[in-house]
Amino acid sequence: MAIDLILNGKAVALDAPPAGRLIDALRDHAGLTSVKEGCGEGECGSCTVLVDGEPVCSCLTLAGQVAGAKVETVEGLARGPDRPLVDAVVEAAGVQCGYCTPGVILAAKALLDAHETPTRNDIKTALSGNLCRCTGYHRLIDAVDKAATARRRLAGDAG
Amino acid sequence: MANEVLIQLTVNGTPRTLAVKPNTTLLTVLRDHLGLTGTKKGCELGECGACTVLLNGKTANSCITLAAAVSGAEVVTIEGLAKDGELHPLQKSFVKHGALQCGYCTPGMIMSAKALIDKTPAPTAAEIRDALGGNLCRCGSYPRVIKAVGGWKEYVGERLDTKPRVDDERDQARDHAVVSHGVTRYDAPDKVTGRALYTGDLRLPDMIYGKILTSTVAHGRIKRLDTSRAKALPGVLAVLTGADVPDTRYGVSPARYDEHILAKERVRYVGDEVAAVAAIDEETAARALRLIEVEYEALPAVFDPEAAMKAGAPLLHPEEARYANNINTRVEWNFGDVDQGFAEADLVREQRFVGNRTHQAPIEPHASLARYEHHGEKLTLWSSTQVPHYLQHMLARTLGMPQGNIRVIRPAVGGGFGVKAETTPLDFCAVLFSKATCRPVMMSYDRKEMFYHFRGRHKQVMDLKIGLKKDGSITAVRFKSVLDGGAYTSYGVVTAYYAGSMLPTLYKLQNYKYDGFRVYTNLPACGAFRGHGVPHPRFAFESLLDMMAAELGLDPFEIRLKNAMRPGTRTVNALDISSCEFVQTLERARQESGWKEKRGKLKRGKGIGVGCGGFVSGAGYPIYRSDFPHSNAIVRVQEDGRAISLAIAAADIGQGSDTVLPQIAAEELGVPYPWVTMVECDSALAPIDLGSYSSRVTLMAGNAVKMAAGKALDQVLAAAARRLGCSARDLVARDGQIFVKAAPTLRIAWDEAARLAFAQNGPVVGTGWYRPPAELGGAFKGGTVGTSPAYSFSTAVAEVTVDLYTGQVQVDRVNDFSDAGTVINPVTFHAQVEGSVIMGIGETMMEDTQHAKDGAILNPNLHDYLVPSIGETPEIHTHAVESYEARGPFGAKEIGEGSLLPMLGAIANAIYDATGVRVTELPITPEKIRRGLLEAAKRPLCDQSPPDASPEPGCPS
Repeated sequence: MAIDLILNGKAVALDAPPAGRLIDALRDHAGLTSVKEGCGEGECGSCTVLVDGEPVCSCLTLAGQVAGAKVETVEGLARGPDRPLVDAVVEAAGVQCGYCTPGVILAAKALLDAHETPTRNDIKTALSGNLCRCTGYHRLIDAVDKAATARRRLAGDAG
Repeated sequence: MANEVLIQLTVNGTPRTLAVKPNTTLLTVLRDHLGLTGTKKGCELGECGACTVLLNGKTANSCITLAAAVSGAEVVTIEGLAKDGELHPLQKSFVKHGALQCGYCTPGMIMSAKALIDKTPAPTAAEIRDALGGNLCRCGSYPRVIKAVGGWKEYVGERLDTKPRVDDERDQARDHAVVSHGVTRYDAPDKVTGRALYTGDLRLPDMIYGKILTSTVAHGRIKRLDTSRAKALPGVLAVLTGADVPDTRYGVSPARYDEHILAKERVRYVGDEVAAVAAIDEETAARALRLIEVEYEALPAVFDPEAAMKAGAPLLHPEEARYANNINTRVEWNFGDVDQGFAEADLVREQRFVGNRTHQAPIEPHASLARYEHHGEKLTLWSSTQVPHYLQHMLARTLGMPQGNIRVIRPAVGGGFGVKAETTPLDFCAVLFSKATCRPVMMSYDRKEMFYHFRGRHKQVMDLKIGLKKDGSITAVRFKSVLDGGAYTSYGVVTAYYAGSMLPTLYKLQNYKYDGFRVYTNLPACGAFRGHGVPHPRFAFESLLDMMAAELGLDPFEIRLKNAMRPGTRTVNALDISSCEFVQTLERARQESGWKEKRGKLKRGKGIGVGCGGFVSGAGYPIYRSDFPHSNAIVRVQEDGRAISLAIAAADIGQGSDTVLPQIAAEELGVPYPWVTMVECDSALAPIDLGSYSSRVTLMAGNAVKMAAGKALDQVLAAAARRLGCSARDLVARDGQIFVKAAPTLRIAWDEAARLAFAQNGPVVGTGWYRPPAELGGAFKGGTVGTSPAYSFSTAVAEVTVDLYTGQVQVDRVNDFSDAGTVINPVTFHAQVEGSVIMGIGETMMEDTQHAKDGAILNPNLHDYLVPSIGETPEIHTHAVESYEARGPFGAKEIGEGSLLPMLGAIANAIYDATGVRVTELPITPEKIRRGLLEAAKRPLCDQSPPDASPEPGCPS
C-alpha cells in the first residue's frame, strides 16, 4: 500500500509499510539517508524531520501517520530557499562529525519559520532535543543566529 | 500507475517476498530491489545473455522474464555460486584460464555454464558451444571459455592462487620473476563473482535517472519544442533542451569542435540528441520523453559520402565556410615520385574497395553517474570511459569549470574498443541535471541508443593503385579514400590521417600518394574503433597485393617478404620503426601454418589466405596540445612493507592493463605480484594518464609505472644498504628478498627493508612519468598522426570452408604470429589476439549498420546487427614473435589493435582461394559470394540449383 504525502515539495506515493517507522520509510524506500538513526528511542534528535513544519523524531513516528502531510528532510532544504541556513551552519564551522547536523538544521528551520527574531535562549531551547557530541553547541547557536539575521535582511529587502 | 502485486522468490537460497509492478522484469527485481548487480544489463531484449540467471535450474534471460510471472520460482544468480567465501570450481577455472576480459558478459556466461555442468558434468567442446551460444562476448574470450568450462573439474577442492597455469607459464625464457609470466588477471576474482562494479551498478542515496530524446528526422530545423507536458508529469524533476546548454561546442579534435550537448537549432541525423529529462526513475523519464512535442522543418539530407561531396549537395554545417562540400577533413600527402614509380612498374593495377559501418557494440552500454556539490562547486562523475582525463578536460572546458573541481572516477568498464573514448551527452546531461536538482543523476544508453549514438567505424570508399616490379617489389602506391564521417567530427580528423599514415609502416614504400576526404553525411557520427582508420585500407592493400601476386605468379608470402619492413627504418612519411620482427612473423606463419602443404592443394570450397597488419604503441602526440607527460604513476610502499599501492589513471577496459601494470611494478620493485594493489582509477588519487586508446597503455603507462617503482625501490635499497653495511649499488631485489649481488647469502627481507625505510624517512613513495621521444614525425601537415615510440607487426593465416551453394563461410582455423615486443603477460597477450581474431571475423563477414532511406538504422540491436558468438569461434593458434623494444618497459609494445588488422585480408584472401570469388566490399556476406559464384559460372542470379547441377530451366538469364 502506498502512502501519499508531499515529500520535499513533491507529491509522492511512497511504497512503504504504513505500520513501519517513518525513518525506515524515508531512508530505505525514499533513499533519503540524511535522516540519521542515533538511538531509535527519541532521545538524540538525529532523526528529526519536519512534518507539516513541526520537528518530529522519525524513529518514533509511524510511516502511516504522515499520509497527506508535508514532510521535509535536509535534502529538500539544500536545494530550496532555506539553503542560507545550511550554508550558515557550514560557515560557522557548526559541523564536525556531521551525524547530528541534519536533525539540528531541521529543528532550527522549524524555529526560524515560527520566530522571526529568536533570542539565543530561544535557539537553545529549540535545539535542546538535538544532542551533539562534537561541537559544544556554541557554533550551532551562532549559525542559527546569523541565519535569522540574514532572513530578516532578505525579508526587509523584499519588503 | 499499475498496482503492485506480491510475489515470492527464493533467491540464492533465501526466500523473499516482494511487491512488484506487473511489468517489472526479473532483472530489475534482482538489480534494483535486491541489490544483486552481478546480473548485468546488456540489451534488454534477450539477445546478449549478460542477464542470464538460473530459474528453477534452467537458464533464463532475466531481462525478458516478468518477475510476477515466475512467482514461487527458485532463482540462482552469480552471487549465489560461491559458498563460504570459496569460489565454485567453475569460477576458479574461469580465473585460472583467463576466460574473461572486460568481464561484463562473464556472470551470464558462468550461469549458462553452470546449467550445463549440472546436467552434463563432463561436457564436450561442441556441447559447450551449444550451451553458451546465447552469451555474447565482444572481447572474444570464447576459446578460453571453452577451455575453462571443459576443465572445471580440475579446480574442485583447489585453492585459488595467482600462479600461471602450466600452458601460460611463459612464451620465452627471459630472466624475469614476474614479467613474461602468465599470472592470473588482477580483476578476475571480482569479475567471476559479480562483485566487480560497473558504472550502471552504482547506487547512491536519493539518486535519480535521466533519459535523452533524439531526433526523428535526418536533417531539419527545430521549429517548435514544447516540454510543458513533460515537466508537468509527476516524478519529473528537470528538463533540458538546447536552450539550456552552453553555447560552447565540444568534440574530440580541438580544430573541429562541432557538437552541442543538445541540438541548438538544427538536427543532423536520426538520433541526434535534442532534449533530456530527469525523473525519479527511468520509467517516468521515458514516459516524459514521449510527452515532449517537437516539430521539425525537414531539410534535404544526404547519406552517401561521394554524393555529399558534390556541388549542390545539402550542407550539414553551412555556418562554417571551411566545411565547403561537406568536406570535414582533407589530407593531401605526396611522398617520393609516384608517377616515376608507376612508370618503373611492370604491373600496375587499380581497384576500388568499400568498407563497412561497424559498431563496437561493447556488451556494457555507456553509463554516467554525476554528483554535483554546490558547496565549492565540485563535481564527481563516474563514467564508463576509456579516457578519464579527456573526459575531465572536456567537461571543464565545455561547462566552464576549473579542471581540479571535477573528479572523474572510472569503475570497471565492460568493453570499449573506441566507442568509450570520448565525452557523451550522457556525461554532460548527468552533470547539468545534478546541478539543477542537487541529487545524484544516473544516465545510460540502452542498446538501440548505443547504435544511434554510434561513433563506430568510418566506412571508407577506397581507390587503391599499386605498381609492382616482376619480382614483386613495390614501386609506387596511390591511395584515395573517401570516409563517411556521419554528422559530426568526433575522432574523424585523426581517422582520415590514420587511414593513410599506417600503409607505409608494413611494407617499404618509396613513392606514396594519399588523398583523404572525410565527409559529413546525415548519418550517426563515426569515431575511433579498434585499429582506428586502418582496417579498411589494410583490407584493400592485402587484397590487391594478393590479386597482383597471382598475376605475377608469386606466392603471397614471397611478395610480402620482398617488401617487408625491417627494424631501424624511417618510413617515407617520417615514422620511425624501431624494433621489428615482421619478417620472422611471416617466415613462421608460412612454416607453422602448413602453407606449403595447403596453398593451392585444397579442394574447391576450402581455402587458405594470409593477411598482415600492425599498429602504433601509443600516439606520439596527445589529442589536445599539452606539455604534460602522457602517463604518470605513483607507487607507495605501505608501512609494513608487504603491500604496494599503485595509483595510475590508465583505463583497464578489459584488455588487462590492471594486470600488466602491477606486474611491471612488482618486477621493478623485486616483490611478488600479489603484493601490488591497484588504487581505484580516480582523478583525485592518481595523476593524469591519457587513457586507453591508440594501444598506448602497456608502453606508456608501463614506462611510468616502471620509473615510479624504480624510485620507490631506491629508497628501500638505501635502507637495506644501511642495515647490511654495503652500498645500495651492490644490491638486488627479487621475489621479496634483497641481497648482495656478489654474496647472495648476505640478505634482508624486502618488507623488513621497506619498514626500516619508512621508520627512517617517512613515506616510501615513488613517482614516475612518460613522454614519447621529442620531435617524432615529419614537418608536413598531419605529420604527427601515426607517430609512435614503437610499432607492432602481425601476420595471420586463415583457413576457411565455403558452402559453394549458399556462399556461407566458416572460418576453420587461424594462426596468428605477432611481434608485440616482450610479452608482459602471456594470458592477456593471447586473449587479446584471440579477441582480435573473433572480432576480425565479425568485421570481415558479418557486421554492418544498415540504414533506411530516411536515415534510420534498420538493425540497431544485437539480433539483426550480428556479432560473432561462441559458435563462430574457429580453432585459433596465437604465437608471440618477440622482439625487444628498447623504448618499451622490459621491451614491450602493443598487441590489442595490431592483431585485428591482418584478419580482414587473411579471410578475404582465403575465401578467394576457396572459391575464386574476390569480394571487394565489406562485409563479405554469403549473398556476395553466391553472386560471385553464379557470375563466374555464368548463371543467372535467380538460379536456385546446386553448383554442380545444370541450371534451372525456367530461370531467365
